[in-house]
Amino acid sequence: MIQFSDEKMTEVRRLIARYPEGKQKSALLPVLHLAQETFGGWLSSETMDYVASLLQIEPIEVYEVATFYSMYNLKPVGKYMFEVCQTGPCMLNGSDDIIKYIGETLSIKPGETTADGLFTLKTVECLGACGYAPMMQMGKHYREHLTKEKVDAIIAECRRNAAANN
Amino acid sequence: MGRKVLLDKAHIEGIRYYDVYRKNGGYAAVEKALKMDPAAVVEEVKKSGLRGRGGAGFPTGMKWSFIAKPEGVPRHLVCNADESEPGTFKDRYLMEFIPHLLIEGLIVSSWALGSNNTYIYIRGEYAWIVDILEQAITEAKNNGWLGKNIMNTGFDCEIHVQRGAGAYICGEETALIESLEGKRGNPRIKPPFPAVKGVWDRPTVVNNVETLAAVVPIINLGGEEYAKIGVGKSTGTKLISACGNIKKPGVYEIDMTISVEEFIYSDEYCGGIPNGKKLKACIPGGSSVPILPANLLLKTAKGEQRMMTYESLSDGGFATGSMMGSGGFIVFDEDQCVVRHTYTLARFYRHESCGQCSPCREGTGWMEKILKNIEYGSGKMSDIDLLWDIQRRIEGNTICPLGDAAAWPVAAAIRHFRDEFEWHVNNPEESQRRNYGLAHYADERQVVVG
Ligand SMILES: Cc1cc2nc3c(=O)[nH]c(=O)nc-3n(C[C@H](O)[C@H](O)[C@H](O)COP(=O)(O)O)c2cc1C
Ligand code: SF4
Ligand code: FES
Repeated sequence: MIQFSDEKMTEVRRLIARYPEGKQKSALLPVLHLAQETFGGWLSSETMDYVASLLQIEPIEVYEVATFYSMYNLKPVGKYMFEVCQTGPCMLNGSDDIIKYIGETLSIKPGETTADGLFTLKTVECLGACGYAPMMQMGKHYREHLTKEKVDAIIAECRRNAAANN
Repeated sequence: MGRKVLLDKAHIEGIRYYDVYRKNGGYAAVEKALKMDPAAVVEEVKKSGLRGRGGAGFPTGMKWSFIAKPEGVPRHLVCNADESEPGTFKDRYLMEFIPHLLIEGLIVSSWALGSNNTYIYIRGEYAWIVDILEQAITEAKNNGWLGKNIMNTGFDCEIHVQRGAGAYICGEETALIESLEGKRGNPRIKPPFPAVKGVWDRPTVVNNVETLAAVVPIINLGGEEYAKIGVGKSTGTKLISACGNIKKPGVYEIDMTISVEEFIYSDEYCGGIPNGKKLKACIPGGSSVPILPANLLLKTAKGEQRMMTYESLSDGGFATGSMMGSGGFIVFDEDQCVVRHTYTLARFYRHESCGQCSPCREGTGWMEKILKNIEYGSGKMSDIDLLWDIQRRIEGNTICPLGDAAAWPVAAAIRHFRDEFEWHVNNPEESQRRNYGLAHYADERQVVVG
């Protein structure tokens, strides 16, 4: 059975306290973010049921939300997720090429994960970085002004970090 | 140099932190406003002529005066930091670099509206900005600007940062409210308006980040002084996020007295089109507003110089004009393909439709499919008319304006660039073979600020 640590439970309580009495459901989005970060980068039905029990709401209320928002992953993803923006303003600056290049370099298509479980490539829509295009999100941060060389360097950096952590 | 009142201090080293911000005149607006009657603060905002910077341009003071005040029911101010309209990245800049300006604006506005618990709803992808805002809030609280009994006025105020999770529709104010309540971002049917029944059925005002930041100079200068910046009903300054094929993409504060031509070509702003290319077209106010070809962009149909103001950008209506919108300024050089760009936007709106109303849910899907066919060389001439027909059936027939926002870019692209659609139909093989590259933009371009 999964469970938040005491420290994470303190965070959950802090989140709930921001809303009026009885409106703890309002904490659903932030608590789902916390759960996704904590339990392997995606939301299993076990994780979602756990979140429902914490917020005293029905599991269906959690599924409804988890399936609506694009940042919640409903299946396992790679250790590093490259979320490359493909919307118009990025396209004007070559995002199509970047997506193609990452796909070729890692031998995966958008939506897929490499066999070693290290990388997932995902195409996303405008992330509010149109002036820094082409760009992608990697975890909590943005990587901007991408070039093929930069992509190579990022992949190498991820591989080094993964090797160092093993 | 145009007048700046939002980003004038953005270059100061360390302005992100409280001490530096305070030393440079920060929180003076809170000191001033909390000595005023809340109604007097609303009055200053009315006098300023400030119009909502989120896209619709609705007068802020008027919006504030609509808020219902039933006895014993708490009211809430919600700051819309969802910023997801393609081409728009100005609020991000403000929050990232001068977060205290927003916090200060929020305290003043919360006082004016009587909101003891104010929420910033920020798009989930701006995860690192959440930390920056939380830090600024903690600093403000430690210095007595937030919390209980601020400046001995008896006013309590807390600001909370709520992270979204990836959904453009949550920028629409009623969808945002649903999301804040922990639900799917399905827009509500209006009325009732949020001013009467908003978050948790309480009276609520939703305003954009830039709108709320602008309250700070309005209080500092006084509404009348602020209104002297700009022209006509375009008072004050506007942040423009400029992107696409320009030499200096970035966030610029303009005082709404400059022309579009100056904005694109002057070194103070976009710096012109790189690589000696010509200007082809521009979407001046975020992806939802009509695209304009270069000739109609620089000069109105009446032959007048087009200015960077609400009125001038919309001069000519949708037939020959566009809109200020969110200030997301997307520039196309002569090599760009309008059909391809429109296809990416259609895909965007299909992806972001919440699916509640059939014209939007089905229509955005159809538009994406047809545009994809045309772009990739399997379209028919009749598809162009079909597209026109579909967009017309969406517009005005939906619960929220996302339907219109999806229809307008398609309509404008066909209106002004029909020949390009026809070229695709007539040249299917070339359409398929065309290759989009990093072309000439692989260099690390200067990103400009201010
Ligand atoms: C589909 C859609 C998306 C929107 N996205 C945003 C947004 O990201 N940020 C924003 O401030 N307003 C957005 N708006 C406008 C809001 O509904 C609302 O008008 C605005 O937040 C009001 O603030 P203002 O009066 O300060 O402009 C959006 C509207 C629609 C229909
Ligand atoms: S217009 Fe589209 S996004 Fe808006 S409520 Fe209808 S289906 Fe949802
Ligand atoms: S279009 Fe890619 S970040 Fe906006």
